[in-house]
Order: sequence, then C-alpha cells, then structure tokens
Amino acid sequence: MIDVIIDIILLAFLAITAVAIVRMTNLFAIIMLFGIFSFLSAVMFIVMDAVDVAFTEAAVGAGISTVLMLATIALTKDHNEKQPVSHRPWLPLAVVITTGAALVYGTLDIPPFGDPGAPSQIHVAPYYIERSVPETGMPNIVTAVLASYRGFDTLGEVVVIFTAGIAVLLLLGGRRRKPTAGRDEGEGNDT
Amino acid sequence: MDFIISHYNYWIAIFLMMVGFYTVISRGNLVKKIIGLNIFQVSVFLLYISIGVVVGGAAPIITEGVELYSNPLPHVLILTAIVVGVATTALGLALVVRIKEAYGTIEEDEIHEQDHSL
Amino acid sequence: MTHNLVLRVVSKSLIPLIIVFALYVQFHGDFGPGGGFQAGVILSTAIILYALVFGLDAAEQVIPSAVLRILAGLGVLIYAGVGVVTLFSGGNYLNYSVLAGNQIAGQHLGILLVELGVGMTVFSVMLIIFFAFAGRGRP
Repeated sequence: MIDVIIDIILLAFLAITAVAIVRMTNLFAIIMLFGIFSFLSAVMFIVMDAVDVAFTEAAVGAGISTVLMLATIALTKDHNEKQPVSHRPWLPLAVVITTGAALVYGTLDIPPFGDPGAPSQIHVAPYYIERSVPETGMPNIVTAVLASYRGFDTLGEVVVIFTAGIAVLLLLGGRRRKPTAGRDEGEGNDT
Repeated sequence: MDFIISHYNYWIAIFLMMVGFYTVISRGNLVKKIIGLNIFQVSVFLLYISIGVVVGGAAPIITEGVELYSNPLPHVLILTAIVVGVATTALGLALVVRIKEAYGTIEEDEIHEQDHSL
Repeated sequence: MTHNLVLRVVSKSLIPLIIVFALYVQFHGDFGPGGGFQAGVILSTAIILYALVFGLDAAEQVIPSAVLRILAGLGVLIYAGVGVVTLFSGGNYLNYSVLAGNQIAGQHLGILLVELGVGMTVFSVMLIIFFAFAGRGRP
C-alpha cells in the first residue's frame, strides 16, 4: 500500500513539473525545472528497482544536460521565450490528444504492472539471470549483458558518443566570429 | 478499479510523453523545443522500465538469499538510450548556438521570415 | 572575492572525493551498480566543477584539450582493439573467453578492458563538449 502511495506522489510531482515547463516563459526557470524533472525520474527509477539506470539518469540528465543548456542560454543571451502567435492554436492540442488516445488504447492489452507471469519476464530474462554468474562470473547482470552478451551494441554506443564529440568540436571549436544581426556570409570556422 | 491500479503507471508515462510532444510542436523557441524532446525521452524510458518491473523483486544484482529479480534487459536498453540521448541533446544545443550567431535570433518564426525574405 | 570564498573552499575538499568515487564506480561495476558510463560522467563532473569555480583557463591547465582528444580516440581504439585481439587469438570478434586460461578469467579481463575504454571515451567527450561551449563565449 505504501508503495502505491509513493508511486502516485512521485508521478504527480513529475506531471506537475512537466506542465509547469510547458506553461512558463522564463528559460532559466525552465532549465532548473528540467533538472528537477530529471532528478525526480531518477528517484522513480530507484523505486522501480532499476539502480543502474537511475545512476546514469541522475548523472547525465541532472548533471551534464542542465549544464549544457545553461551554457547555451548564456551564449545566446536569450532569457525569455517569445509568446507564440499561432494562427491555429487548437491544432497541436488536437494532434496531441489524438496520439495520446491511440497510445492509451494500445496499453489496454498490456499485462498488469509488475506481473511475474507476463510474457516479458518468462522468455528471455531467466536465461540471463541464471547463466550470468556461471558464464561470466559477474554478479551485476546489467554490466554482464551490456559488456559481454550484447557487446556490439555498446561498441556502437561508444562510437556514437565519439561522433557527437567530433561534431560539437566542428561546430563550436573554432574562434568565434563577430555576431551579425542578419544573414551570415560564407561558412566554416577560422581555426 | 483493479484495472486502474494496475495500469496507471503506463497512463501517466503517456501523459508525460504527450506533454513533451506538445512542447516540441507548439512552441517556437528552439531551446524549449529541445527541452520538450528531453521530457519525451525520459517518459519513454519510464514506460520501458515499468514493463520490466516485478512486484517483490530486487535489483538485478545477484546476491545471497534473493529469489526474484527484476528483468535486466530493459535496463540495458535504456542505459544505452540515455547516453545516446545526451549526445543528441549536446549536438542540438551546439546547432542552436550557431543558429543564433547566423540569424541573430532563436525564435522559429523569425528565422523563417529571414529565410523567406531573400 | 568573499562571495566566492565558500565555493572555493568547499569545492577544493569535494573534488578529490568526487574523483575517488568515480574510480570506485568504474572498477566496482561488476559487483554493484555502476560501470563505464556512470564513472566517465562523474569524473567529468569533477573537472566541470573545477572549471566553474576556478575559471576555464585553470581547468585547461589541468587537462589540455589535445590530451582530451587523444583520450577520446584511445577509448574507442581500446574497445575495438580488444575485439581484434580476440579475433587473432582464435575466437570470434569480442569473444572474451579466449583472452586468458579459463573462461571466467577471460571474461573478467575482457569486461575490465572494455569498461575502461568506455569510461575514457565518455569522460573525454563530455569535457570536450563542455570546453567547446564554454570557450565559445570568450572573444
């Protein structure tokens, strides 16, 4: 019973923070609220027994992402969002409600939350849980699967991170040219 | 009533997804669009991890005396997805900085006006 | 200067602890939560905290940008290199069992090297991105 109450309180806080992010216009406050959102989702992951994921989400979401967004609004000197003047304000809301209704209709067939007899728990997961320690000798099943059983995916992920680093170096690594108010002439960095 | 208690996790994750989606398609400020995209990503992770939860289970680290473990496979997938998400966000923010230097603004409709007024 | 004083003193005592914690998470990823990604991000957070409090120039003296670029490539090279070594030792690509005598020792060695490569790449790329953003604002 106490688990259900903790779940409901955390999810309610997440929903309130998300709605506040949409409604506010001060970018600095929005970024701070995003840090809070990321941290609350890390706590939610811990409640759902996903400790590795909570670790990564707290470090990456509430740490690196927030710092980079603050650096962006410091560089662009843009602290307030302009109020949108859209011709059809009901169109995004209609699209969102339709998509949400379709997704909720899709979740009506999902097995109940936490069911040990659900199809996702009885086919592939017992294989890894039983054979992780005899075959690799590591108690942490997530690290064993990540580094040994599914090592190719982790190789691809490391290459993706490396590519993102190279791309940011190409975009922002050179000397800054004088900011112009109109259209920029030419391209490329003066390195 | 049982049905609502066993499914409300998924519905709130879908509500958060839709809030993030609405932020991306209806707001013109580029930084706010990126924040909406991140909200969408985090709520997708919540949906995936809640599929792998086992009631009464422990974290998937083999310890003495524990019988029931949570499903470790969604954890692996979401770990990769989180790190790829931060790479995408960093690249998007670098593009926003360059757009500001080129156009002088990061509001989407002003950028469209400058593009179309050539 | 006075309003920076608390930040400087506190961060001087916290940054070594953060670095030690990052190394703990890196090498105990087998037995508890953790691994290469979390350790790389936490280690880069320590240097980012140093850069925020003491200035970007001081942080670039701690770790020059050239070293960061070499480290990033070296991490990917270590990961792919482990696969090539196993390929030449008789097994499939990234089959760690052929790295040592028995299967368990080989898996341990392979996973240790692979997580080291991942940690190095994540640490250096996060710092490259932060230095790129912070260095853009200087004239």
